[in-house]
Amino acid sequence: MMRSKLIAELRPRREVVSTITKSKMLTGNVTAAWAARLAEVDYIPAFPITPQTEIIEKLSEWIALGEFKAKLTIVDSEHSMLAAAGTASLTGARVFTATSSQGLLYGFEMLYNIAGWRAPIVLVNVSRAVAAPISLEPDHNDFLSTRDSGFILLQAETCQEVLDLILLAYRVSEDNRVLLPSLVNMDGFHTSFTREPVKIPEIEEVRRFLPKYTQQLPFRASKPSAKGVAVLRPPLYSFYKYQMHLSSINAINVFKEACEKFEECFARRYDVIEKYMLDDSKYAIVMMGSYASIGKKAVRILREEGVSVGLLKLRMIRPLPSKDIRKALEGKKAVAVIDQNISPGLGGILYSDISSILYNSDNKPKVILPVIGGVGGKTITLDEIRYVVELLEKYANGGEPEPILLLREDELREVESLLRIGVGE
Amino acid sequence: MAQTRYRSLKDLLGEEYVVPGTPLCSGCGALLTFRLFHKALGKKVVWVNAAGCITLMIVYPFSPLKSSWMYTAMGCAPAGAQGIRDALDILIEKGEVDPEEDLKVVVVTGDGAANDIGLQSASGAIHRRLDFYYLCYDNEAFGNTGFQFSPSTPYGSKTMTSLPTPLIPEGHKGRKKDLFEIWRAHNPPYLATVSPSHPMDMMRKIEKAERFKGPKLFISISPCPPGWGYDTMKTIRMARLAVETGVWPLKEAVHGEVRHTFIPRSLKPLEEYLKEQERFKHLFYPLRREDIIGRMQREVEEYWRKVYSTEVLEEKKD
Ligand code: SF4
Repeated sequence: MMRSKLIAELRPRREVVSTITKSKMLTGNVTAAWAARLAEVDYIPAFPITPQTEIIEKLSEWIALGEFKAKLTIVDSEHSMLAAAGTASLTGARVFTATSSQGLLYGFEMLYNIAGWRAPIVLVNVSRAVAAPISLEPDHNDFLSTRDSGFILLQAETCQEVLDLILLAYRVSEDNRVLLPSLVNMDGFHTSFTREPVKIPEIEEVRRFLPKYTQQLPFRASKPSAKGVAVLRPPLYSFYKYQMHLSSINAINVFKEACEKFEECFARRYDVIEKYMLDDSKYAIVMMGSYASIGKKAVRILREEGVSVGLLKLRMIRPLPSKDIRKALEGKKAVAVIDQNISPGLGGILYSDISSILYNSDNKPKVILPVIGGVGGKTITLDEIRYVVELLEKYANGGEPEPILLLREDELREVESLLRIGVGE
Repeated sequence: MAQTRYRSLKDLLGEEYVVPGTPLCSGCGALLTFRLFHKALGKKVVWVNAAGCITLMIVYPFSPLKSSWMYTAMGCAPAGAQGIRDALDILIEKGEVDPEEDLKVVVVTGDGAANDIGLQSASGAIHRRLDFYYLCYDNEAFGNTGFQFSPSTPYGSKTMTSLPTPLIPEGHKGRKKDLFEIWRAHNPPYLATVSPSHPMDMMRKIEKAERFKGPKLFISISPCPPGWGYDTMKTIRMARLAVETGVWPLKEAVHGEVRHTFIPRSLKPLEEYLKEQERFKHLFYPLRREDIIGRMQREVEEYWRKVYSTEVLEEKKD
C-alpha cells in the first residue's frame, strides 16, 4: 500500500521535450524503461517496489499501447521474478527486469543462480536503504550486497548514464567472453525521480551498437538440454566458479571495447572509471553514483581555493578494474574513500576493495581514509567534503585513521530532537 | 473417456524417456510416477524442478532423460516454468522460434516444495493461468534430507523430526495439508490425484488434462522405501493399499468440479496399510495404540462418508 501510494505522489506525469538540447527531460526510471525498449528486450518479469515501480509502469504502458512488443509478466515476488528472468534468458529471450532494496534481498538466492546459469540478463536496481529500520532513501548496501554473486555491477551517476550503461551492459553481458548478468544501479530518488535531459537514440542506431542476443543452447524440442544441474564433485564446482571469475575479469576489456564502439555510435565516451581533476592532484576522493556529482562540485570549488584535490568516480564495481584504479590513485599523498554504505563492524565496503588494490603498489598513498556518508539518503554537503579533505591533509604523512562517520551538527540536533519525541519527553 | 489412447496395460509399452540407471533409491515410488508421466506427455518436454529427491536424478555429467531439464531452487520452480513458457510464447509470436520447437513445460517437485516453500510461487503461477503441468510426488516428508516431517506428513507418522516418545506416542501430531483443496481454490482447469499402482487411471488423467490450456496439476502418492520403511519390492503394493484403504483417494477436478475416479465398494481396514510400514510401527509395538489407529481410521471413514453421499458409484474397481 505504502509502496504504491508513494510512487503515485512522486511520479512525474508527462515527458517534457527540451527544445534547446533536443533531449527529453526524463527521470532515471523512465530512462531505464527507454533503455529496455531500445534494447528490444523480449521479456520483463516484474514486481512493484518503491522507488523502482515507475520503470515497469512505463514498460507495461508501452506494451499495452502496442508501441513496444515484449512480454511483461507481473509475478508474485522478486524471488519468482528473478527465477523467471533467468530461465527465460536460457530459453533465448533478451530479458530486462528491475527492483530495489528489500526486493533485491528477497530474490538474493536467485542472483547467484542466474550468474551460475550464465544467463546474461540486465537487472536495474534503484538503490534504497535496507531495513531495519525501513527507509525509502538511497544508499548502496542493497547494491553492494550482490558483489560476490557473479553479476557485473555498474553504477550510474546521471539519467543519461542510466540509459547508456544499460545498453553497454547488454553488449558486455551477452558477449561470449563474458556471459554473465549485469546489475545497473541508480540511486533512488536522487536519480530515479530527478528529471534530467537525456538523449534518446534512434532504434536503428542502437541496433548498430547492440547485436541480437543468441543463446547457444536454448530449450528447444529438437535439442534437449539439462541446465542448472547438481555438480557433486568439488573440483568441478571450483572449476565452474573459476570460470565465472575469469569471465568476469574478461568483462573489463570487453567493456572498454564496447565503450569504443559506443562512442563511435553515440559520441559519448565512457570507461570503467571516471577521473575528475584527478591526474595532477595531490589528494583524491573516491565516490560513486549521484553523490559523485556533489563530490565533483566540491572538488571544483576546492581547486579554486587552491587545494589540490581530484575525484575518482567508480563506475564498474564488479569486475573491479584494479589496474585502472591503481593507476589513477598511485602517487597520491592521501585518498579518502567515501562509502555510501556501512558494513557494521568493518566500515565501508569499497574502502576494503580500494585498499587491497593499492596495498602491493610501490607508490601507494601514505594513507587511505575510510569515510562513511550518505547512508539512508543522508545528504553529503560541500562542508563535509571540505572536512574530509582537511583530514587528508592532516593524515598525509601517516597515521591510523578510524572510519569517519559523517553526521553534521544540524543533523545531530535533528536526530536528538526526534529521539526526545520518541521516548516521550 | 471414449477417445482414450489407453485401453489396456499394453498401451503403456512404447518409448521410454527415462532410461534405467538413475541415482534414486531402488523402489522409489516417485520415479515410477515420473516415468509414466513422461510417457504420457511425450518427448517434447522441459521439466522444471525444485530441490527434492528427483533433483539428484541428474548429476553432472549424467542425465537419464531424453528431454530437457531445468533445476531452479527450492522455492520457485513454477516461476522458472513461467520464464520458459513466456520466453517460448514471445519468441514464437515474434517469429524467432519455430512452433515445432515448442515444449510442454512441466514442474516436478516433492511435497515439501509444493506445500510450503514453493507454495507462493505455485499459487502465483496457477492464478496467472500459466499454461503448464505440475507434478507433485508426495512421499509425505522431506525425503531427500533423510525424512523429516513436511506439511504433507500424515498424523501418526514417525519421521526424524517427529520421533514417537512416551511423551508423544503418536509421533507426528500435525495433520496432512490438503494440497488438492488448496490448489482447487485457485480454480485450475484440471487437477487430479494419481497413484503408480493405478497406471491406467493416471495415463487417462494426463491425456484428459492435455485438452486444457492453463494449469494442469497432479499429486501422486509416492511410496518411499527408506523413509516409510518397507521392502523395495513392495512399492506398488503400498500405493495400492493407500488407494484401497481410502487414505489416498483417486480423484480429479475439472474446472473445480470434483469427481472420484475410483470409489472402493468397501474400504480395506487402514491397519493393513499402516502395519506394513516402519513409520507406523510405534502404533502397534510394543503396545497397540487403538486410540491413535482408531482416530486415523475414523478420519478416513469421515472423508468417504461425504463422498458416498454426494457421488454415485461410477467406476468398477480395476
Ligand atoms: S528417499 Fe524416497 S522419495 Fe527419495 S529417492 Fe529415495 S525412495 Fe524416492
